[in-house]
Amino acid sequence: MAIEHANVLRAAHLARLGVSDAQAERYVDDLSRILEMVDRLSEIDTDGVAPLSHPLDATQPLRADEAIEADRRDTFQKIAPATADGLYLVPRVVE
Amino acid sequence: MHDKTLAELARGLAAGDFSSRELTSSLLERIKRHDPALNSFITVTGEQAIKEAEAADALRHKGEAGILSGLPLAYKDIFCTEGVRTSAGSKMLDNFIAPYNATVVEKLRHAGTVSLGKTNMDEFAMGSSNENSYYGPVKNPWNPTLVPGGSSGGSAAAVAAGLVPAALGTDTGGSIRQPAAFCGITGLKPTYGRVSRYGMIAYASSLDQAGPMARTAEDCAMLMNAMAGHDARDSTSVSRNVPDYTQGLDKPLNGLKIGLPVEYFGEGLAPEVETAVREAVRVYESLGAQVIDVSLPHTSMAIPAYYVIAPAEASANLSRYDGVRFGYRCEDPVDLEDLYKRTRAEGFGDEVKRRILIGTHTLSEGFFDAYYRKAQQIRRLIRQDFLDAFARVDVLMGPAAPTTAFELGSRADPVQMYLQDIYTIAINLAGIPGISVPAGLVDNRPVGLQILGPHFGEAHLLNVAHVYQQATDWHQRRPEIKE
Repeated sequence: MAIEHANVLRAAHLARLGVSDAQAERYVDDLSRILEMVDRLSEIDTDGVAPLSHPLDATQPLRADEAIEADRRDTFQKIAPATADGLYLVPRVVE
Repeated sequence: MHDKTLAELARGLAAGDFSSRELTSSLLERIKRHDPALNSFITVTGEQAIKEAEAADALRHKGEAGILSGLPLAYKDIFCTEGVRTSAGSKMLDNFIAPYNATVVEKLRHAGTVSLGKTNMDEFAMGSSNENSYYGPVKNPWNPTLVPGGSSGGSAAAVAAGLVPAALGTDTGGSIRQPAAFCGITGLKPTYGRVSRYGMIAYASSLDQAGPMARTAEDCAMLMNAMAGHDARDSTSVSRNVPDYTQGLDKPLNGLKIGLPVEYFGEGLAPEVETAVREAVRVYESLGAQVIDVSLPHTSMAIPAYYVIAPAEASANLSRYDGVRFGYRCEDPVDLEDLYKRTRAEGFGDEVKRRILIGTHTLSEGFFDAYYRKAQQIRRLIRQDFLDAFARVDVLMGPAAPTTAFELGSRADPVQMYLQDIYTIAINLAGIPGISVPAGLVDNRPVGLQILGPHFGEAHLLNVAHVYQQATDWHQRRPEIKE
């Protein structure tokens, strides 16, 4: 399946990745060649084959819903770009 | 001291031939002298290393030293190390000081090892040549015009150049085995889930696995004894007994059944690499092994499947880099969307952006079944190929890479670069262990023999590799470095 300019811009928006029109043009070429390679997957008949998401075919283990980690908010916020009063600061969302 | 293996250094420390402080100082001096030409380290933690070495010496004086006490190593810059920059080779994390240790770091610290620092890598482990690092490419110690392989190229180059006797790497599609092959060292990718992924910056969660890179299989076994085991903090970690990997290393190979996958010796394999690998297999025959041709019929689908699954997982894992809680943030964002988009546009490099875009596209509405679901179905067929092969043979052997190390800047086309990993990627999709051992030199460029085993067969792989290293001297060859 070929990828078009609009597909690249859509993917960039979904990924919240800033991509200019000119950059998108370049990615169309790169991504098309990658998808052309990937399209070879359709040569294989996979009817009745269950998808494998974990290489050991294991299921996700669950633990009891109990808090087990210590509160390390101060440590984690020390490495944040901007914080105040224990909160992470970002540009205003609601005016 | 820089030429010795971990096992030899351990014996030297135990015998009192030198102290850990002397060993550590000598290697730090060597890093200072030689690394500017190699660029194999992103961060050198000299002061901390000396303190750790002195602590190890003090323990030894009290008679409390373990086998790894006082031995220096380095970590690929993808392992979180408390209080030390952990960049994953990215501008995005250039300012990130990890607030905790990865489980493997904690385990190796507990075993008494001394960390010399963090090694260079392709950004977020995306690459096969180490040319995608924000900190610049790593040079191959055998020839500085060549790549060291990726993405654990910094670890491989540092070990090959004798800057450190061992280093940790991670392997998502061959990132331990291929650089080990290109740099002439030994690198083990354990079974998925054998070593904790906690504190390892995630690229593709169902494929990433940490492993040791050192000069010999024996050294890898020593490190695996400290690294392996279940970790409750990692939900992908496997709860299963850990053997002593150093026991049984010398077990004779009489009757060993070696499978040679016919697909690993076809078009695209450089003739000189094939010659070296077949010569290595002949050594095994002389040691009593039996060679059988086998087939892994879905081999050619491994790269297409990988380049759906890995970017899809990467697009999800890398969504956390948004400039809000840690890492890089763009200047003066006008609103939240601008903050996200510019932070990620400015913080990520080209290859990372390419994989995020591919991953997001293949997971998006209308494309999911054709790409992601299909790739996961083929992943099962690839895994089944290996299970069928291991019903007939004990191990599989083949090249770790189709060529020897190539020239820096020579693979501009991403698809051509991706094909480099043709012999390594299927192993990650199947989750089985694999090891690359030095098996020849072609025009002074190392060749790696890849040995594969069934799930949790690491101990046997290390035995098979070790016996070969007792019979050959390829692992003792060193690049010529002007002192």
